[in-house]
Amino acid sequence: MPRHACSCNDFSRTELLRRAAAEAGRGLPSIEPGMPIPAGTGLSRRSFIARSAGLALAVYGGAGLSGRFLDEGIARAASAKGSPVLLSVFMEGGWDSLSVLYPGGDSRYYALRPKLALPASSGLGFSEDQRLHWHPSAGALATLHGEGKVAVIPGIGYDHPDKSHFTSRHYWEVGATDAHLQTGWLGRFLDANGTADNPLQGVSLDSRLQPALATARVPVASLDGPDRYGFAPPNGAKFPLEDDMLAAVAQLGAAHANAKDSALRQAADASAQAHRLRRSLSPLAAGVTSPVQYPEAQKDDFPRRLAGLAAMLAAGLPLKCVAMRAPGMYDTHSDQAADLSDGLKLTADSLLAFQRDLEARGLADRVLVHVWSEFGRRAKENGSLGTDHGAAGLGFLIGSQVRGSMIGEFPGLDQLDDQGNLRPTADFRGIYSAIFEQWFDTEAARVIPNAGAFARPKILK
Amino acid sequence: MAGVPVYRGSFGPAQAERLLWRGGFGPRPGEAGRLAGRGLGQAVLSLTRPPVERLTGPAPTDDKHFPIAPYDASGHDHLWWLDRMVRTNRPLVERMTLVWHDWFATSNQGVGSQRLMLDQNALLRRHALGSFRDLVHDITSDPAMLQWLNGNKNTKSSPNENYGRELMELFALGADRGAYTEVDVREQARALTGWRSQRVKGVGPTNFRYEPKLHDDGTKTIFGKSGNYGWQDSARLVVEHPLHASFFVGKLWSYFIPTPPPPATRHALEKMYQHSYAVRPVLEAILQHPALYTGPRMVKPPAVFAAGMLRALGRSIQTTQWFRLAPASGQRLFYPPNVAGWDETRWLDTATFRGRWFLAALLVNGAASSSAAGPEKLVDRALVYWNHSAVTKATRSVLVKFARTGLARGHSAAEIETALRQLVATSPDLQTA
Repeated sequence: MPRHACSCNDFSRTELLRRAAAEAGRGLPSIEPGMPIPAGTGLSRRSFIARSAGLALAVYGGAGLSGRFLDEGIARAASAKGSPVLLSVFMEGGWDSLSVLYPGGDSRYYALRPKLALPASSGLGFSEDQRLHWHPSAGALATLHGEGKVAVIPGIGYDHPDKSHFTSRHYWEVGATDAHLQTGWLGRFLDANGTADNPLQGVSLDSRLQPALATARVPVASLDGPDRYGFAPPNGAKFPLEDDMLAAVAQLGAAHANAKDSALRQAADASAQAHRLRRSLSPLAAGVTSPVQYPEAQKDDFPRRLAGLAAMLAAGLPLKCVAMRAPGMYDTHSDQAADLSDGLKLTADSLLAFQRDLEARGLADRVLVHVWSEFGRRAKENGSLGTDHGAAGLGFLIGSQVRGSMIGEFPGLDQLDDQGNLRPTADFRGIYSAIFEQWFDTEAARVIPNAGAFARPKILK
Repeated sequence: MAGVPVYRGSFGPAQAERLLWRGGFGPRPGEAGRLAGRGLGQAVLSLTRPPVERLTGPAPTDDKHFPIAPYDASGHDHLWWLDRMVRTNRPLVERMTLVWHDWFATSNQGVGSQRLMLDQNALLRRHALGSFRDLVHDITSDPAMLQWLNGNKNTKSSPNENYGRELMELFALGADRGAYTEVDVREQARALTGWRSQRVKGVGPTNFRYEPKLHDDGTKTIFGKSGNYGWQDSARLVVEHPLHASFFVGKLWSYFIPTPPPPATRHALEKMYQHSYAVRPVLEAILQHPALYTGPRMVKPPAVFAAGMLRALGRSIQTTQWFRLAPASGQRLFYPPNVAGWDETRWLDTATFRGRWFLAALLVNGAASSSAAGPEKLVDRALVYWNHSAVTKATRSVLVKFARTGLARGHSAAEIETALRQLVATSPDLQTA
């Protein structure tokens, strides 16, 4: 949980860095229309040369800020402009790898899944393993795979798998098979590499904070979308003093930031970060326009949130780690076929649209997408037209920089474990370590306990 | 209550207020003072041995002043229960119903029937202060639960492990404690076989029944004991398990006190609970424990926050916004995020803060006094509005500064007072208790 002390001073630094980041790389320092100077804060625009970054930038700085701070801060923000971003997408409930990328070329599959098995002819073949086929609803992923932008991990898991959703999900979220660890794997990365003044470094695009982003030290944010963080009530009171009220919210947060009482502190953090987030997102408050078409989804926010994410990155907001839940519910103990297929289709189509969006905006090289689920499902169907909790499952890495070849191999239906589940051929902690080392260029050992014990695949081109 | 310490400090309105927030939904105007006058012991008994239910105040309506339709209209289930939290004279019964809803977390997302959910809600309320053993027995055959965790799909020829696993992991024993094995999961599933239902168009799942021919009547071995077990045995065996009492006590305690129980207290509570399975005495001990009064604050769950504001103002539900805004606040009743319930350690983040902001905004429009007043006075009025006598110094000073700046900029006293009400309601002080 973030326990960062906020003050107005911190706010202006965030704002300053954000603006610097937003304007870096545009060639000329300029004020974008719709980027208001914070009223009454005494900030003024000035040009500045960040020596360490070698960039000319425009920043808004109070007279009291030291040159050294600006230099460091701008260097940091400027590098953030082109810095790597990780999007982690959670398939909640333990998705059935044997449906998403199914072994239609293996007769054992039809024996284990007499009612649920898909005929080999219904899905596109998977070019890297003759036995496997893409689920008909996963065509968009097959397309991206064909372009060399998907690394398939067909047997991801860990030794001594736990069949509990909550325990296994927790392991994945904290990046260790440790039931008591409180911070997320992305949260600890941000604690080690993030800053105390940027809640956007870790964004949960959700109604709640995704636990993988739980930090101990630095702030992170949770929001429904960049154009959905206004504070004008949809109904009820109108607040002509809204700006001043939110500033007071931030002051209430600052006033209790160092409270001894952890509940007060949690409330204080939420207040302080709410204000910062609202200010940072103000350039996108009016709405998001996407260069590509996203899937229509009346009842699901996933495509809209992805479109918002691309817009936030295009606006230069300093995001590092983003976590979301995918559409659908994959705990398919019964009536699996329809449940799985609807969520899978919307997920895959949306991720394809997101990739196209990033490509259109020239941002595709900056984003790595990581798709995961807490476990796979039992190889044998259960008779309720569903499947029970299993062990190893399926994961993906997606992006323009991803090395588009399989990580580990399909474990095979002839080598199930003693409970009838797939055996892991890749460890999730090895994937996490590879992401830190190859994507974020940082030491995995600082974040993943016992990182040295896990083999790292090559994940980038 | 041998071995469980009782709070001996002064029991004034502040302590009574905390008791009402932990064991209910906060005080109505004047309630904390009255309760303080009765002393700790009687105050706790007034919650744990409540009078016959009486709902005070106008019945809930939608925005057009029509009565709500909890079985049929989408979202009215939430309104119905929130209203009960607001208007009840048995706050602990409602609070315990909410505890059980989180404990046996069932979501209408998977059930698809408000009627079944409300029937389950009645079951939880019936057992609010009763026997946990009876509760586990009844919830195991509850239609909403059978639908939610696939008990109605669990047959001899094709066992489904879903309920059997969660019964042990989440409801009665806990994961990673060595209480059960994967073999126990499979054997529980066999013991629980035999339930069936039908899905009728326009009605949803219905006609839940036990069919002996679908039950696996072979011998099962659960926790090392063998027998021809059925679903009643499944429910019984988990509460008779030697590791159940410690699970129960630790979990129940955590809903009321944020720090873990001292070992001696924990041990005494386990002894008190063991064999009787009675919830009420354990609750009475927890509600009188020094840690409740001298320990740290807790973040109010969103439904408690919402009901508490309505109680403080003596208002009732007159808009469907109460359910429309509930998901953004982090708690839509009857829709827990998953079978483990809500994460009570992370109620507040940037998203849920905004949701609570909107909930408060539904209520700050009550007539503001238009008479001129200085900043201190305006802050006092906003606190009185919420039936809240005092906030921390740090909070007060921010509020006074806000009022002073607003007045200096020429805003009206009424405008500032409305804004202050909103800031008070969403301040760290009032988000916690």
